[in-house]
Amino acid sequence: MADLRTDFIGIKSPNPFWLASAPPTDKEYNVVRAFKAGWGGVVWKTLGEDPPVVNVNGPRYGAIHGKDRQLIGLNNIELITDRPLEVNLREIKQVKRDWPDRALVVSLMVPCEEQNWIDILKRVEETGADGVELNFGCPHGMSERGMGSAVGQVPEYIEMVTRWVKQHSRMPCIVKLTPNITDVRKPAQAAKAGGADAVSLINTINSIMGVDLDIMSPSPAVDGKGAHGGYCGPAVKPIALNMVAEIARDPATHGLPISGIGGVTTWRDAAEFMALGAGSVQVCTAAMTYGFRVVEDMIEGLSDWMDTKGYTSVDQFVGSAVPNVSDWQYLNLNYIAKAKIDQDQCIECGRCHIACEDTSHQAITNMVDGVRKFEVIDEECVGCNLCVNVCPIEGCITMESMAAGSIDPRTKKPVEKDYANWTTHPNNPMAVTEAAE
Amino acid sequence: MKTIANLPEIYMTQTKAGPDIAAGRLPEDAYAENFSDLHPLLDQHEAQVEADRCYFCYDAPCMQACPTSIDIPQFIRQISTGNPTGAAKTIFAQNILGGMCARVCPTETLCEEVCVREVAEGKPVKIGQLQRYSTDHFMSEFSSTPFTRAAETGKKIAVVGAGPAGLSCAHRLAVHGHNVTLFDAREKAGGLNEYGIASYKSVDDFAAKEVDFILSIGGIDVRTGMRLGSNLDLATLRAEYDAVFLGIGLGGVNALGLEGEDKSGAIDAVDYIADLRQAKDLSELPVGRRIVVIGGGMTAVDIAVQTKLLGAEEVTIAYRRGQDRMNASEYEQQLAQTSGVRIMTWAQPKGLVGENGAITAIELERTQDQDGALTGTGEVITLPADMVFKAVGQTLVQTELGDALTLERGRIVVDADRKTSLADVWAGGDCVQGGEDLTVAAVEDGKIAAESINAALTA
Repeated sequence: MADLRTDFIGIKSPNPFWLASAPPTDKEYNVVRAFKAGWGGVVWKTLGEDPPVVNVNGPRYGAIHGKDRQLIGLNNIELITDRPLEVNLREIKQVKRDWPDRALVVSLMVPCEEQNWIDILKRVEETGADGVELNFGCPHGMSERGMGSAVGQVPEYIEMVTRWVKQHSRMPCIVKLTPNITDVRKPAQAAKAGGADAVSLINTINSIMGVDLDIMSPSPAVDGKGAHGGYCGPAVKPIALNMVAEIARDPATHGLPISGIGGVTTWRDAAEFMALGAGSVQVCTAAMTYGFRVVEDMIEGLSDWMDTKGYTSVDQFVGSAVPNVSDWQYLNLNYIAKAKIDQDQCIECGRCHIACEDTSHQAITNMVDGVRKFEVIDEECVGCNLCVNVCPIEGCITMESMAAGSIDPRTKKPVEKDYANWTTHPNNPMAVTEAAE
Repeated sequence: MKTIANLPEIYMTQTKAGPDIAAGRLPEDAYAENFSDLHPLLDQHEAQVEADRCYFCYDAPCMQACPTSIDIPQFIRQISTGNPTGAAKTIFAQNILGGMCARVCPTETLCEEVCVREVAEGKPVKIGQLQRYSTDHFMSEFSSTPFTRAAETGKKIAVVGAGPAGLSCAHRLAVHGHNVTLFDAREKAGGLNEYGIASYKSVDDFAAKEVDFILSIGGIDVRTGMRLGSNLDLATLRAEYDAVFLGIGLGGVNALGLEGEDKSGAIDAVDYIADLRQAKDLSELPVGRRIVVIGGGMTAVDIAVQTKLLGAEEVTIAYRRGQDRMNASEYEQQLAQTSGVRIMTWAQPKGLVGENGAITAIELERTQDQDGALTGTGEVITLPADMVFKAVGQTLVQTELGDALTLERGRIVVDADRKTSLADVWAGGDCVQGGEDLTVAAVEDGKIAAESINAALTA
């Protein structure tokens, strides 16, 4: 069985699955339950200064659902911990003492004054916690007070605060980044410049989950009004993956450890984040939807998959997909694929046909010789993959690449064996040609 | 216990005393339980979960399988988006009797049989139950159909027979602004919906409510107790109205052709079902202890299951061929069997045994298939029976029509527009040749005929 033990910036945990700083990690009771369930670590819900913040007493969460009310996106307007600092610190100390093999990182958010950070770091250090995570991501409530994403959106502030933390503490420091920016590489570079040991991302995305059409207010409403909150869950995973990959492949931050966050629900999600460079993953929505027990299959599944692939430890595949994250202009334009429908698996719903017919390239039949039948018309198929995505039967439609030398029925031209991309394409006015050299 | 020892004696005594036919075989509360909805109305959550299973297929097979071409993916999508009213409008646009069809359609051989999820997983979307969810919602929210009548045309049309075909035709004609007189021989409109549907498929007075719903369009004058051939005749109707639609069903019942068929206890299944449908108190309806049903169609299953539910102890359907040849769908056959009805195949009625003018047993001869021909083997079994139900098909009562219409194999010949051999007479439902003996097919006939009549009258 593969070894899932993880050493993330010197913080050891029996597996790479940590609970993110959020409601599930707000107190000893929950964290102990999580550790009993098998979680490798937690990032304790963000501590602030006393007096503690207060939360609304109405709804804090909103959701969007897929079919059968599957929760695919969750948003929240909860603030950092609303419990006294002393209580949290006491519990953190106790939990770390009782569970020495688990990672226990403490999330922090205090005003951007050096002394405030010095004060809280000292107290956290006394708990024996493994490290700190700087919450520069929270997009609601705290940001209006000059903290959270208000810091994360200004690289200079990130660098400044990170530097204070590294200067005044011996603890490993993770900087948690907000996705509510235009280029995530800048805050990551700033964190690195400030001396951060790692970054974690993404925090939640600014969002309004819906509108209550009866009371004409964002939903969920607190006494008739709604405020934007932080969006997370399976729906944000693609955004998070891209941001993780951007940092992993940016020469300025390449190699900077990353803790991946954003919609991790299964072992496969975790493996994907890790393949893009995350050394650990943090989970919240999956636990808030199904309970802590989901970690069991995350552990089992990741381990089984690693066995299948011959990986014996996680660092053998962390970052393995990063070299294959490219930019559009470098994709091989000579690669040609065609959709292929497996007639044995096809249930004849016709969704591939109508999607292609109405919105794409008219490349799938609905009738062959007077019989309901869905077949790809190779002469029209551009290999766009839409049919694969709308087909309800996984694996029924596949994209088959054409061998070099064969004739593409659409263009009537042979498939070139050599790689060629846009940068040298004759249609590109900026093309780099040999003549220009 | 002595009960066991006593049993044969009681049995013998009762046999000697004549047939054991009695009312009130069940405890009082058992009737309501037995005759409750076969498929209870889905609640909102169930409907949502089920609607979410629909793939919104292109040119959906379910829609093609529906005789009335209801846009099934569309109405299911409307349920899933929280718009059950819109879903019902989608249904009613094609089938104004969508509520009854949701209850009685053999969906397992129509839309649900071809559902792609039947192909994929053997579990079709519950289309019939979703249809009922939306139509019941609509009928509880709105008292009239979602149609608006066109301006009055001044044209008068006689629709004979207020069953599914007649109601469908009358409604569509009324929508087009015509004035309809809807005749029916019985006391109530509704036809087989009112008198012939198995009670557990349409409980309460839904059939009557649906008639009221359809009539809410306006422009339809209902006259009951009017029977073609007695106080109504086709020639007069043709003279007085601009067009005539015949949706008269099959009023006659096939006989077994056996001696002793006149004995009490040999009963037409459709008559008994009508009595059952109209009974105010089912505990007052007499039923035999031992029942034999002759036939293999839906009516045979309906009578067998319902007599079982009324408390009959032994109910046997005797069918002369193999079970695969029965007209009742596989689902219906299973319903019979799970209700405790025995299906006896390869057996045909040979004779009725009786005492004092009442039936006590039926003689059945074993049959076999010899090169495609059904022959008796000579082996005869005698089954004790207090009641023998005849469910071997219904016939058109031709005397009602005179001889003006072209018939074929005992049914009225119509073209694709449901037009008969007479230029001003249309027909549909069970009485026409090529019909499928389905409520939903009758509704489609009525709809097509109405469009054809409208085209003819407004040309």
